Amino acid sequence: MSDLGHVLVLAGGLSYEREVSLRSGRRVSEVLRALGIDVETRDTDSSLVPSVLADPPDAVFVTLHGGAGEDGAIRSVLELLDVPYVGAGPDACRVAFDKPTAKAVVRSVGLRTPESVTLPKETFHDLGASAVLARIVDSLGLPLFVKPARGGSALGASMVATAEDLPAAMVGCFAYGDTALIEKYVEGVEVAVSVIDLGDGPVALPAVEIVPDKGVYDYAARYTAGHTEFFAPARLSPEVAAACAEMAVTAHTALGLRDISRTDLIVDAGGHPHFLEVNVAPGMTETSLLPMAAEAAGRDLGTLCRSLLEQAATRSADHPAG
Amino acid sequence: MTEETDHGRTAAAHGSRIDNYVDRYAARATGMVASEVRALFAVASRPEVVSLAGGMPYVTALPLDVVGELVADLVARRGPVALQYGSGQGDPHLREQICEVMRLEGIEAGPDDVVVTVGSQQALDLITRIFIDPGDVVLAEGPSYVGALGTFAAYQASVVHVPMDEDGLIPSALEETLTTLARMGRRVKFLYTIPNFQNPAGVTLAAERRRQVLEICQRAGVLVVEDNPYGLLGFDGEPMRALRADDPDGVVYLGSFSKTLAPGFRVGWALAPHAIRDKLVLAMESAVLSHSTFSQLAVGQYLATQPWREQIKSFRELYRERRDAMLSSLEALMPPGCAWTRPAGGFFVWMTVPEGLDSKAILPRAVAERVAFVPGTGFFSDSQGARQMRLSYCYPQPDRIREGVRRLAGVIEQEMELRATFGTGSARDHFGVDTPGPDLA
Repeated sequence: MSDLGHVLVLAGGLSYEREVSLRSGRRVSEVLRALGIDVETRDTDSSLVPSVLADPPDAVFVTLHGGAGEDGAIRSVLELLDVPYVGAGPDACRVAFDKPTAKAVVRSVGLRTPESVTLPKETFHDLGASAVLARIVDSLGLPLFVKPARGGSALGASMVATAEDLPAAMVGCFAYGDTALIEKYVEGVEVAVSVIDLGDGPVALPAVEIVPDKGVYDYAARYTAGHTEFFAPARLSPEVAAACAEMAVTAHTALGLRDISRTDLIVDAGGHPHFLEVNVAPGMTETSLLPMAAEAAGRDLGTLCRSLLEQAATRSADHPAG
Repeated sequence: MTEETDHGRTAAAHGSRIDNYVDRYAARATGMVASEVRALFAVASRPEVVSLAGGMPYVTALPLDVVGELVADLVARRGPVALQYGSGQGDPHLREQICEVMRLEGIEAGPDDVVVTVGSQQALDLITRIFIDPGDVVLAEGPSYVGALGTFAAYQASVVHVPMDEDGLIPSALEETLTTLARMGRRVKFLYTIPNFQNPAGVTLAAERRRQVLEICQRAGVLVVEDNPYGLLGFDGEPMRALRADDPDGVVYLGSFSKTLAPGFRVGWALAPHAIRDKLVLAMESAVLSHSTFSQLAVGQYLATQPWREQIKSFRELYRERRDAMLSSLEALMPPGCAWTRPAGGFFVWMTVPEGLDSKAILPRAVAERVAFVPGTGFFSDSQGARQMRLSYCYPQPDRIREGVRRLAGVIEQEMELRATFGTGSARDHFGVDTPGPDLA
């Protein structure tokens, strides 16, 4: 039996990924309730602080995606409330959530990540978009991948095959954020590697390979069951699978993450993995990758979530890992 | 054995698709996919966001204590009837009351011609079910009600839009469309029209055009489906005369208590020529066996004992104030190049944004600025509507409407600047449902 008394699952929030977060929250709550745990699910609104103060949970599972859930803000508040939670601390989240910063960190420890440039929309306004974009194409080549520097679920992200398509992709990206990350597009196999740490150091779960029907893992492909084929474990040779696992664990460690993370990467034609981004609050929906990886590893999702919560509950909230 | 391939990969037979039935769905389920736009509406349900997106009537204005007593009394006095199955055509007394309501719009009909439905949405579904084979043409105003377009798509109808102007559907365009379709050998089954305070355009079919529309459809042998949920919510003068009032044989009229009382009862109706009515009753029974007797009797009790005409009048005043708040703030705040309709009733303003802008692309930034609207593309079956958006004023209070418009104006200005910077429109492919669920405020 678990020692956990009362657990809080945070889901919803005001980010673009609210709907996904609500789904993740429902799933985590369900699997925990099935284990007999007393679970309360809450949105992050003005009732949060008073309710946590009135009835502090033993631990919090944060299933908020994007924005305050991943940029460290909510975790800072949980620290202030002296409530332990699953996942990385606020400082580590701030670094990991900002994709260009996370790329710089993992590059500094020797991981391969696509060449890129990061620019706020003001730069294009002030210097003239066409000159800057032309320089980007000259420097990085084509195709490119454009995405908001912060955020997830492929919102505002698109692949750019020709220079003519780049301005429209930039406009689409700036709809979701004020800074764009423009990456050299690496063709290959899309893979996600989840990492968990239950006290014995970070361990990679089996890699999950993503094969979207339409070739693009966009919002519809992510959240409509049946629109993407997943292979868990990924169809990789043992050596390549090991390289992917090592990349995810190295990124998790280098970024100072804790408990749980998911690294998205691409394996190129030569079998080399390239780091794309890391998620500090991985999706937990029915179509999400971490639950698939857990299943492939023979781990029950509920038991895994419970272990993470138990571990968090024993941790003093006074000493954040971030 | 596994086999080594490129990417250092080993081949495996099949992956998981999460959904084991993925290759077994009917063709009509193709469009039912997750949508970015729909995800954004999830944020709009938070109280921080001024939602100009939903079309929810302001039921808070009802005397809820009175409705509560009435419902309690109904169960206490007539529980065994109210909680029992009912007939497929609906409660006879309620059908008489419905005829009295329709008389306000010039319709003379008997209760025998009325079929009660689960909201007028079900009437629409049943009409489509009994008339449409896959590929048949339905004519609809462009733009048109999203719930109707969804129903037509579910029955694999081919929707052809007929343009409107500030006086509603353009008769000459209707005639032209019919001629073109006839030349192509396409089979037009009915014209779907919302003549009063149209959803989403907010415009009303002018009186002189009503007869023209009826004549054109009569000549072409095309049935008219007149959907009239907002007809009694006009801000000026008497209700317009219904199309059905002048052509009992050529029009199926759809009515609803959702806007004049409350959508939670889910009581609407269809008034149809005899032969169609008989089929509607059978279709109704096969769809839901019988509708809620409880709801029907509650609505009947409300109509019999409460000053419902006065209540509609007070709804009109409330919505008029909100319409005024929206129009005056649009006038004061929207950047040059924006244009909008000026509804004389109902819930909606239809706005066109400046050339080069795409309303769907604006939505994420709008949500970040805590205001929501519905992009225009959801109201068309083809690719029209990219520069349009529906703004509803029915639910938020006037000061919230003004605040919402202020935020939206700022977002549009930012978008204009961004487009100017990149000198482009966006043309991103998009799949899925672009409109919010019915419960969105």
